[in-house]
Amino acid sequence: MDYVIAALVGCFVAMGIYMLLSRSLIRMLLGMVVLGNGVNLLIFTAGRLMRDVAPIVPKGLEQPAGPIANPLPQALILTAIVIGFAMFCFLLVLAYRAYQTLDADNTDTMRVAEPEHAPQPPLSY
Amino acid sequence: MEPAILPQAMIETVTRPGDWVIVLPIVLALMGAALALILRKAAGLGFVTALAVVAGIIACEISLLLTIMETGPVSMTMGKWLPPFGISFTADAFGASFALAASVVTFIVLLYAEADRPAASAGDGFHSLVLMLLCGVTGSFLTGDMFNLYVWFEVMLIASFGLLVIGGRPIQLDAAVKYGFLNFLATSIFLLSLGLLYGLLGTLNMADIMLVAPLANPAAMVGVAALMLLAFGMKAAAFPVNAWLPAAYHAPPAAISALMAGLLTKVGIYALLRTLVVVLPATRDVLEPVLVVLAVATLVIAPLGAIAETNLRRAIGFVVIGGIGAVLAGIAMPSLDGVGGAGLYIFHAMLTMTALYLVAGLIEKQTGEVDSRRMGGLYASSAPLSLLFLVLMLGAAGVPPLLGFWPKLLLIEAGLAEGNWSGGVLVAALLANAVLTMIAGSRLWAHIFWRNDFTPETTMVVTGPNRLHYLATGALTLMIVAAGLWPNPLFEAVRIGAGDMVDPARYSAAFGLAEVTP
Repeated sequence: MDYVIAALVGCFVAMGIYMLLSRSLIRMLLGMVVLGNGVNLLIFTAGRLMRDVAPIVPKGLEQPAGPIANPLPQALILTAIVIGFAMFCFLLVLAYRAYQTLDADNTDTMRVAEPEHAPQPPLSY
Repeated sequence: MEPAILPQAMIETVTRPGDWVIVLPIVLALMGAALALILRKAAGLGFVTALAVVAGIIACEISLLLTIMETGPVSMTMGKWLPPFGISFTADAFGASFALAASVVTFIVLLYAEADRPAASAGDGFHSLVLMLLCGVTGSFLTGDMFNLYVWFEVMLIASFGLLVIGGRPIQLDAAVKYGFLNFLATSIFLLSLGLLYGLLGTLNMADIMLVAPLANPAAMVGVAALMLLAFGMKAAAFPVNAWLPAAYHAPPAAISALMAGLLTKVGIYALLRTLVVVLPATRDVLEPVLVVLAVATLVIAPLGAIAETNLRRAIGFVVIGGIGAVLAGIAMPSLDGVGGAGLYIFHAMLTMTALYLVAGLIEKQTGEVDSRRMGGLYASSAPLSLLFLVLMLGAAGVPPLLGFWPKLLLIEAGLAEGNWSGGVLVAALLANAVLTMIAGSRLWAHIFWRNDFTPETTMVVTGPNRLHYLATGALTLMIVAAGLWPNPLFEAVRIGAGDMVDPARYSAAFGLAEVTP
């Protein structure tokens, strides 16, 4: 099972990187999301996968009875998902604003901050 | 089930009251940000709140630093759960002094920005974003847990996104897209390496990692460290992955550029220093050739960019990148002098780069231009400004009596003591960086201040800088000059800080971890 999930992580990351290499902002954004999910899945897999055992102490006991799943990766992923989602939302709004203002979805044509043919500095005083 | 099955999981000693100063700066910044958000519509109140909060943070950090200088690193673990469960805040002399420098810089920039802000700008959340940024930066400097570092990075990142787009001019949106995507990508890569690190070691606490890392598969650890090098290198704008910095830092108003230049890349490079030198020293030794190449390339190529650039603030952006190379050189030479030089350079760069951007803002205000070709002859109308710019540029290049000289001296000593080819190459690159930065700075100075054939092409009404602008910039410059003239307290702090980095025994002892974990 670990190997299947590991392969899935590989697919996610490869897909994310492929989409990040495109020039369209929305594609890059989707690539970011796919990559982020790949990373979250990787953390989950790295914490060792276990079947059918929740990391919860049963009622009336002080300690869990028997083996339990590792709760720490779940906490880590929860944090990462929340943060990643916030970032995604911000970048989505930003991409939309950029599309409205700059009339560009293509990163090649976004040259306001870096003009295309930058002037040479003066060669004498 | 007897409770004895689990190992000891809690710290049973009571937290010393003095230890609370380590989390107080972060708590203050968070609460202050919330308060500033509530008060955003009230004219002036947000500014007063922010200023008071930052002053409180500075006081906390001074007391923290004094404690550390006396008794060594301080640690406090949340919920008293021992690693790997509890999140620790740990500060040694470097972390605490960078946090202090960050809050001093923020204080100055708040003053400067207040002189800058039009009356209509109330309610844009500027002050709470600045406090959130400071919160993220302080958290990154003081945390002792890798995952917590990721969280503070994101806090910092989202606040800097907000600051970058306040006002929403097209150039800012363009810059924010590039800045946002690349930095988000860098944190994703950092998170990736954290997942692998956790899988390999089962812990993310820095002191705990130091104990268990030597037992893990070395090849896999090098892979993790390489990913971290990429992620932090992107954050810090090291050479091959630096394109976002000159694309973004000149877009927002000068005060915000100054804040970002002073804080953000420094956090990235500090994280790299902490991770590679202290936490994973074995992998640093393997990556050393890469670090040397990166350091040399960053040191030499970045100031060439500054020479070729006509936009004033973009040119300064390249100078900022060049400074990152100096810290990378220190990471490549992990002796007492090398790490000390890297740490001192971060401290110097936080102050000097901020001051440079503030002066650039003053110049832009005076001329109404952003392009150094169309400024010129400014010396006649503003001689003090020319002096400020000259002093700071010389400081950035590392000319002797100024603050920038001392870290370079330490780094060059470390390179000479290295006694092999890589040390020699690094020394040569550091000297080349100084010369090239000097050329870039003097060219800019000559173009902006000296040329006297200046004829304004635009007829726009220029609102010149006012007294508060000069007060803030002058105070910061005075601090830099004073620190350069009397560097002994700095050297004392560097000696202690670098000592704890090169030999982190006291750092991990601060957890009380040594007795508990085998």
